[in-house]
Amino acid sequence: MTSQTEETQAQAQASDATEGRVYDVAGQDWDAMVSTVLDADEERLVINMGPQHPSTHGVLRLVLTLDGETVTEARTVIGYLHTGIEKNMEFRTWTQGVTFVTRMDYLSPIFNETAYCLAVEKLLGITDRIPARAEAIRVMMMELTRISSHLMAIGTYGMELGATTPFLFGLREREMVLDVMEYITGLRMNMAYIRPGGVSVDLPAGAMDKVAELLKEMPKRIKDMRKILDANPVYTRRTKDIAYLDLTGCMALGITGPMLRAAGLPWDLRKSQPYCGYETYDFEVPTEESCDVYGRYLVRVAEMEESLKIIEQALERLAGPLKAGPVMIEDKKIGWPAQLALGPDGLGNSPNHIAHIMGSSMEALIHHFKLVTEGFRVPAGQVYASVESPRGELGAHVVSDGGTRPYRVHFRDPSFTNLQAVPATCEGGMIADVISAVASIDPVMGGVDR
Amino acid sequence: MTDNLPQHTPAPQDEPIARTGMFGVTGTGDTSGYGRLVVRRAPQLDTPRPYGGYFDELVDGLGEDLVTRVVVDRGELTLHVARERLVEAMRKLRDDPALRFELSLGVSGVHYPEETGEELRAVYHLCSITHNRRVRVEVAAPDSDRHIPSTVSVYPTHDWHERETYDFFGIIFDGHPALTRIEMPDDWDGHPQRKDYPLGGIPVEYRGAEIPAPDQRRSYA
Repeated sequence: MTSQTEETQAQAQASDATEGRVYDVAGQDWDAMVSTVLDADEERLVINMGPQHPSTHGVLRLVLTLDGETVTEARTVIGYLHTGIEKNMEFRTWTQGVTFVTRMDYLSPIFNETAYCLAVEKLLGITDRIPARAEAIRVMMMELTRISSHLMAIGTYGMELGATTPFLFGLREREMVLDVMEYITGLRMNMAYIRPGGVSVDLPAGAMDKVAELLKEMPKRIKDMRKILDANPVYTRRTKDIAYLDLTGCMALGITGPMLRAAGLPWDLRKSQPYCGYETYDFEVPTEESCDVYGRYLVRVAEMEESLKIIEQALERLAGPLKAGPVMIEDKKIGWPAQLALGPDGLGNSPNHIAHIMGSSMEALIHHFKLVTEGFRVPAGQVYASVESPRGELGAHVVSDGGTRPYRVHFRDPSFTNLQAVPATCEGGMIADVISAVASIDPVMGGVDR
Repeated sequence: MTDNLPQHTPAPQDEPIARTGMFGVTGTGDTSGYGRLVVRRAPQLDTPRPYGGYFDELVDGLGEDLVTRVVVDRGELTLHVARERLVEAMRKLRDDPALRFELSLGVSGVHYPEETGEELRAVYHLCSITHNRRVRVEVAAPDSDRHIPSTVSVYPTHDWHERETYDFFGIIFDGHPALTRIEMPDDWDGHPQRKDYPLGGIPVEYRGAEIPAPDQRRSYA
């Protein structure tokens, strides 16, 4: 062990490379290193931030070249969370794909599911036959997820800039949303709730009251968040005019979502290319002109307030005109034969359905078995379906060869594309602002690496 | 075989069989029922005019000579472009005031091993914010010559997307500023999203120890 330490220290000594004298350090005596570097006149320092750094949002690695405290070069290294989801999906049925995509961007699972299901439905040609109640539930769930995702984004903003209160506020409020999610779907995250053809299960009794309760409480909580951050001098000094990226930069780099809207362009797919009936909801697309971290924060908070409006309207419809009705397509070749129900041993097929397939109809049993194990066929072709996720345009490019499992699924994840803005927003700035720049991009590595 | 098709889809034509069974495995005594699944190869689409909607105007604006094949399917327009003219076509799609596809949503790859001569595809999804339109551009490269010109000079956002497609499919984007792997480790062998690459069973070396494929880890005999 001792000899190995000596060896490491020996390596830590200076060595000559093409770019000049290079000092390599990794966790040994810093005093010795600092004194050697002080003797030299070079001041360029390359530091490695991550992949296990709390403020890099998961396993993001940044390689920063510093001149003093100024970042002269920022490189982003990703791939630490690559799990081969897209490849795995090619070996499962179309319905099972939902269980995979929900794990991509784990802070906004419902959006991944919806983008994927919209693509599969487009391939099947059943987009117009999705029950209205299922669409309203999808909209409500998506907007709830948007709130929980933005709360996380804003909370971590605060924490990474050194303030723990916004983080605690953010997580506490997010927990309220996740409780509602758990009540409706059975899971807090990765719920595989949206399925091709509709949603997996209808709203349970009491869910509407839970959402209504949330709607009553949340505006106050968002106001609290605004009170603590909007005009906070410590916060504004660390966010205003930081990580500037204008509209031209956004367009060139393919940036969408709050970053684009903070550059002044009201581009929101819910308005411009509506899906799931968003054209029938009344809401605004908040924008800011400042192109900086603070602007992105303001856009996110305003979006949460707009989301509350949408949830309220969805709730009215679910309580009024769409009070009852199917939540899964009527086509028996696509929609699963039974709704889930809570039995004495947990959530599963309803006792009535079990009695039907086990006791009275052999054909129903065969149908159930085939649909669940083999799945349905999807006619050959390729489609692209996209939704406005909390981070920007989330697109699913889905190819079918006519079989019972996807031929190829590619997700255009907004975090992946938006992360390319790191050099553009960080280079030339201070190292402390790198943290705030990355936080304002709000990348989720599960979505970046998939 | 048709009993599991959704109600509205037409019966498949007599195309050659692409694969049988769920995963192409034969002779295992599979009693699950998957063994009798047959997937036929989809016919190649080539949509004649009129394409409908803004599609005609778009193809006219781009110029028919740039497009080798037009496919209109499920309300989406796909333009097949020869790889030699890809950069020219992309630049025109971006800059022509009548087209103005300012926003690219990246590159996606697809591998069709049966389609000899155009096995590897790079698929680009473009969006015009000015006209609120979408188009898909598809470029093919044969497996024996996996080169497609890079479009980073037109859409800088393609930087990472082309690296990803290279990483997963082995398509070499000529002229890319730094075409390296992005998701897989730098010294990885093979390109995982290709159809000839298995899902599991790749022996992975971890700190000098080799981890065998899952089906070879333990003997159940």
